[in-house]
Amino acid sequence: MFKIIKREEHADGTVIENVIDAPLIASKGRPGQFVILKADEEGERIPLTISDLDAEKGTITVVYMVVGKSTAKFRDMSVGDAYQDVIGPLGRPTHIEKLGTVVCVGGGTGVAVLFPITRGFKNAGNKVISITGARTKELLILEDKMRAASDTLHVCTDDGSYGRKGFVTEVLKDVMESEKVDLVVAIGPVPMMKFVSKLTKEYNVKTLVSLNPIMIDGTGMCGGCRVSVGGKTKFACVDGPEFDGHQVDFDALMQRLAAYTEEERAAHDEYCRITGTK
Amino acid sequence: MTEKKDKKEKAVRQPMAEQAADVRRHNFEEVPLGYTPEAAMAEASRCMQCKKPACVPGCPVSIDIPGFIAMVAKGDFNGAIRKIWEKSSLPAVCGRVCPQEVQCEGKCIMGRKGEPIAVGNLERFVADYEREKGEGAVPEKAASTGKKIAIVGSGPSGLTVAGDLLLKGHDVTIFEAFHKAGGVLVYGIPEFRLPKAIVAEEVAVMEKMGLKIVCNAVVGRTVSVDELFEQGFDAVYIGVGAGLPTFLNIEGEQLIGIYSANEYLTRANLMKAYLFPRYDTPIVKGKDVVVLGAGNVAMDSARTALRLGADRVRIVYRRSRNEMPARAAEIHHAEEEGVEFFLLTAPLKFIGNEKGRLTGMECLKMELGEPDASGRRRPVPIEGSEFLMDCDLAVIAVGAGANPLLTQECPDIHVNKWGYIEADPETGKTTKKGVWAGGDIVTGQATVIIAMGAGRDSADSIHKYLTWGW
Ligand SMILES: Cc1cc2nc3c(=O)[nH]c(=O)nc-3n(C[C@H](O)[C@H](O)[C@H](O)COP(=O)(O)OP(=O)(O)OC[C@H]3O[C@@H](n4cnc5c(N)ncnc54)[C@H](O)[C@@H]3O)c2cc1C
Ligand SMILES: Cc1cc2nc3c(=O)[nH]c(=O)nc-3n(C[C@H](O)[C@H](O)[C@H](O)COP(=O)(O)OP(=O)(O)OC[C@H]3O[C@@H](n4cnc5c(N)ncnc54)[C@H](O)[C@@H]3O)c2cc1C
Ligand code: SF4
Ligand code: SF4
Ligand code: FES
Repeated sequence: MFKIIKREEHADGTVIENVIDAPLIASKGRPGQFVILKADEEGERIPLTISDLDAEKGTITVVYMVVGKSTAKFRDMSVGDAYQDVIGPLGRPTHIEKLGTVVCVGGGTGVAVLFPITRGFKNAGNKVISITGARTKELLILEDKMRAASDTLHVCTDDGSYGRKGFVTEVLKDVMESEKVDLVVAIGPVPMMKFVSKLTKEYNVKTLVSLNPIMIDGTGMCGGCRVSVGGKTKFACVDGPEFDGHQVDFDALMQRLAAYTEEERAAHDEYCRITGTK
Repeated sequence: MTEKKDKKEKAVRQPMAEQAADVRRHNFEEVPLGYTPEAAMAEASRCMQCKKPACVPGCPVSIDIPGFIAMVAKGDFNGAIRKIWEKSSLPAVCGRVCPQEVQCEGKCIMGRKGEPIAVGNLERFVADYEREKGEGAVPEKAASTGKKIAIVGSGPSGLTVAGDLLLKGHDVTIFEAFHKAGGVLVYGIPEFRLPKAIVAEEVAVMEKMGLKIVCNAVVGRTVSVDELFEQGFDAVYIGVGAGLPTFLNIEGEQLIGIYSANEYLTRANLMKAYLFPRYDTPIVKGKDVVVLGAGNVAMDSARTALRLGADRVRIVYRRSRNEMPARAAEIHHAEEEGVEFFLLTAPLKFIGNEKGRLTGMECLKMELGEPDASGRRRPVPIEGSEFLMDCDLAVIAVGAGANPLLTQECPDIHVNKWGYIEADPETGKTTKKGVWAGGDIVTGQATVIIAMGAGRDSADSIHKYLTWGW
């Protein structure tokens, strides 16, 4: 059993942060890696990035958006409750090195995934410029952590309720025009990663994206997480989750993510009805 | 003597009662219902107790088949299970899933003229009888040796190594990547063929004997092989199976509604997607299903699809009926349940709609040509025979490969060109000192009993090593 040590709500309760007791994983995890969690006997195996960890205390931190039944179940767990299973660390760690200037772009809960990578690049001696965005002010997460991990942080919201009004790609374009950028890391909703990659391609700047296809085992056994990168089939759980954004077929990824939309909606509605939540 | 023989040959093989096909195709309960004690004794008394039994060499772990059958014939079921345990720790499993027609029963002398002795059914009966009515005796262990062994993977080969080494007094820990122990027995083979409670019980018996199981431990990620030695383990056995799905690499394979058999069966069995939404894991429930391949994995996928509510399920296979690698019983059961066979047919590409969902498959007709390296006649395409098959779910069950997760991280364990671990065929020793390997990760996907046989050989070798050195 993997106990929840600490729990915090962000973005108006739509994003939850859990600090979980998992000493084995905490001693091994590196930026870019993820875990798979299962709440209980009936639970689904849900992949979430290790957003932070403390090897000494033996804890890992996950930050997730509540989108369906399984993440709603996670939300309803309190401090002291335990996940039945946590598996990891999975995936390849981010290759962190001193490159010069690195721009980290995050959207929505992607910022949680981006944070440890941002901190890693900063600690490796890079100049780190970060750009985070959300639909509206309430949905922004981890602003303080991101600010501390970056030389400069630009914040924007789609509706202009906080920071600059507009999309992260607009800020990114300005940065690309005014700086010599060595690497862009973009993590967030698939359309965001797609448009960031399109933009950086014009400037010919290498871009890493982190893909989040539907997974089961996370060990390369089922092939459910297959994505098309440079025309080749890759398994995101073992070959990724990070890939060269200029090679990824984002449209195919978006379609595959919609595989269970109908089933998931029915399950989620039923869960809300039973638990009396929204 | 001749008189006795004649009399015996006339006795017919005892059939095993089964759920009716039109009932069982809608439920996940086990298909064959087992022998009664009377039927088991009648079947056992057909055995001629051959002096040189042909059946024994047909069994990869050389169970004393006439020995245990003689006890069944006398009604000594307690003695019979002990006889089997000398060689096999998972008889309830093997009795159900061994391809008996090419192993023990395939060699039985009675099969020359009539029907072979139902060795598998008898083995299953004895194991079930012990589980349901036995004394729950746990085999006796030797005194503790103080040696620690780590086993990677809890499939049949890992479990066999564990059982054997526990008996010899060693301290055994299994590291399993999944959240449940059992390997293919829990994630691959469906409930209607091998009830999961049986596997759980076999595992529980070993836990009673002192086995420790660490689930959720992906060796190569959570912990490395070298770290296991650092943690004080004296030997490591690798039995991680052939867990890499094979795809067809044809157009359209990314469409929604196309699964590898590994994913499809894992969702259905391990995650219990057939009980969705009580269980949280969803599965695409096709109405018009095609399954590519004709082995056990394909039959399991096809029959699972029926039970999940498909109107029509078709097995599509490049070769002909004679080459189908599945157990005879599974092909027979699938056919009875209404699975259709499209033989000498190869898929060319998948076709989808604007939402990226599978709607059909283009196929090509084949004919049999000259025999290939495997001795089977090679399928050759018939030109211009392309045709379209509608379908909304496709399960790809054309084989499995070696998962490189562990071996990539431990390069001093050598692998062959397909990624399977190089292990001594007699001892299971790998190229790394203190490390053994066996089962599907050495042989490629084979059978439960072959994986167990490999586990047994390695356990002997590990015990020798711990006693006398490498
Ligand atoms: C390697 C990896 C790391 C991830 N890290 C994080 C993280 O740190 N924080 C976070 O909030 N989320 C993360 N995700 C996404 C997270 O796993 C999904 O949001 C979660 O599985 C949804 O489960 P659910 O049952 O609550 O929603 P569901 O009911 O399954 O789905 C609700 C909606 O989300 C979509 N969806 C389903 N599965 C996924 C998926 N795997 N990814 C994206 N959308 C999905 C569905 O199409 C549906 O529209 C990660 C995914 C991967 C593969
Ligand atoms: C659907 C299906 C039906 C079958 N039907 C039959 C049948 O009817 N009769 C028959 O004889 N055979 C059958 N087989 C074949 C048989 O199941 C296998 O040959 C046998 O299970 C191999 O045993 P194993 O112990 O080598 O590996 P597996 O049973 O594959 O077990 C390997 C275990 O190792 C774990 N693992 C993998 N990597 C790691 C890691 N890095 N760290 C920790 N753990 C890890 C896996 O999660 C798994 O639990 C079938 C196979 C399938 C898939
Ligand atoms: S273990 Fe398998 S092959 Fe051996 S006797 Fe039993 S059923 Fe036959
Ligand atoms: S070969 Fe057949 S008849 Fe002879 S001992 Fe074996 S099971 Fe009995
Ligand atoms: S999640 Fe199964 S192969 Fe990646």
